[in-house]
Amino acid sequence: MNETAKNSEQILAILKRELGNIAPEADLDALEPSLDVREELDIDSFDFVRYIAAVCETLETDVPEQDYIEFSTLERAQRYLLR
Amino acid sequence: MTDFTMPSLGADMDEGTLVEWLVKPGDQVKSGDVVAVIETSKGAIETEIFENGTVAELRAQVGETLPVGSVLATIVSEQSSTEVTADSGGRATVSSGAGVKADSGPSASAGRSPATGARSEPGEPAPAAAPAVVRASPAARKRAAELGLVLADIPGTGPGTAVTLSDVETAGETKPLPTPGSGAKRGFDPESMRRGIAAAMARSKKEIPHYYLSTQIDMTRAQQWLSAENAGRRVTDRLLQVVLPLKAMALALRKVPELNGFYRGGVFEQAERVHVGMAIALRGGGLIAPALHDVDRRTLDDVMQGLNDLITRARTGMLRSSEMSDPTITLSNMGETGVEGIFGVIYPPQVAIVGLGTVVERPWVVEGRVEVRPVMQATLSADHRVSDGHRGAIFLKTLEKLLQAPEAL
Repeated sequence: MNETAKNSEQILAILKRELGNIAPEADLDALEPSLDVREELDIDSFDFVRYIAAVCETLETDVPEQDYIEFSTLERAQRYLLR
Repeated sequence: MTDFTMPSLGADMDEGTLVEWLVKPGDQVKSGDVVAVIETSKGAIETEIFENGTVAELRAQVGETLPVGSVLATIVSEQSSTEVTADSGGRATVSSGAGVKADSGPSASAGRSPATGARSEPGEPAPAAAPAVVRASPAARKRAAELGLVLADIPGTGPGTAVTLSDVETAGETKPLPTPGSGAKRGFDPESMRRGIAAAMARSKKEIPHYYLSTQIDMTRAQQWLSAENAGRRVTDRLLQVVLPLKAMALALRKVPELNGFYRGGVFEQAERVHVGMAIALRGGGLIAPALHDVDRRTLDDVMQGLNDLITRARTGMLRSSEMSDPTITLSNMGETGVEGIFGVIYPPQVAIVGLGTVVERPWVVEGRVEVRPVMQATLSADHRVSDGHRGAIFLKTLEKLLQAPEAL
């Protein structure tokens, strides 16, 4: 992982911003962090990868394919990106 | 002198609204140039011309809603302006690379219409490298029209600097006393899209005698090959699994070409090229199936790139008229919804639709033993006026065989 050392709140903000670009109509502050974003926001597999790619670009990092699942909830993604 | 008319962008379109002219009288145009933006129930469409010549007169005014076939502009043709190629069905087609010509920047900004007060384009010429058309989501376009804002003036924060709904709202807040738009109906309209889908699908079920086939495909090799291929790539360069069956179906059509083309006026017109209509669900409801051109002739990377571009434009930006009108077959992919099978309804005048279910782990018999394998259901709905189940079966079996050798795709 890259060390532009973002704290947990900054990461959450980035995750929400990129989700907002995919699902502009969603109320992300009302989104429960433990729920699957794909189901909650009706994001398909294509947009899910687009979301991951956008987050990676912002954080200047890369995520192997088998770890995509870590982005399924905000909480998990936050933890994963903090490692 | 020839007429440039309101195109039919699919079986479910009978009228469109001219939103923007990107040319003016005296401009040179060549086949494939985007000359206008037309709003339909599917959102704004960059409309191409299939002719070389010079614009003589713009007949339609920005804001006008006109039926398909209405004259929008007149063109003085070049003497031998036949770079347009016709396929076997006599349909005009252009190469997939055709797009906005490089020097269209200034003419784009000159496309302001003094005829209506609704649009007040700034007078300064756009930089030559700027895209001729402002990218914006259909919802953003609609809201901007409601607020009387010019899209080009709004800084976009979406993908490819597309203007998003929130950009428009932000711009709207900072702009006092917006003047109302021309009153023309604009933007992606879910209700009118639903009516369009209803009309096309009702016509399909009434006119097309569908037959349905289904087969299970072992995706072990495809997935192994894909994992190995993707392991060395960055997230933005990875291939999605769907590109394998997508390319494979395009190749399989070479063997059973009677599934690829159009049935019009009681006659089947087989298409030479394979333009796969990708069924894309839109946020807020609705469905659109624009063409990914020449899938059989492109590399997997190129197909992936094209797919990325097409889906992004379908959802946030703008599709081109050729993409709307020339799919020769449709693919409906369930992605990762967990649903195993889909039997699609053919989009007329096409004659077939392929359905792919979610890849799921299932017991699979290999040389007398049961193993757990990733399995995908592939289906074919096809037009019995053109083909029979036997030929359809050859298509599905060819698809299956091709997916067992993913490295050759």
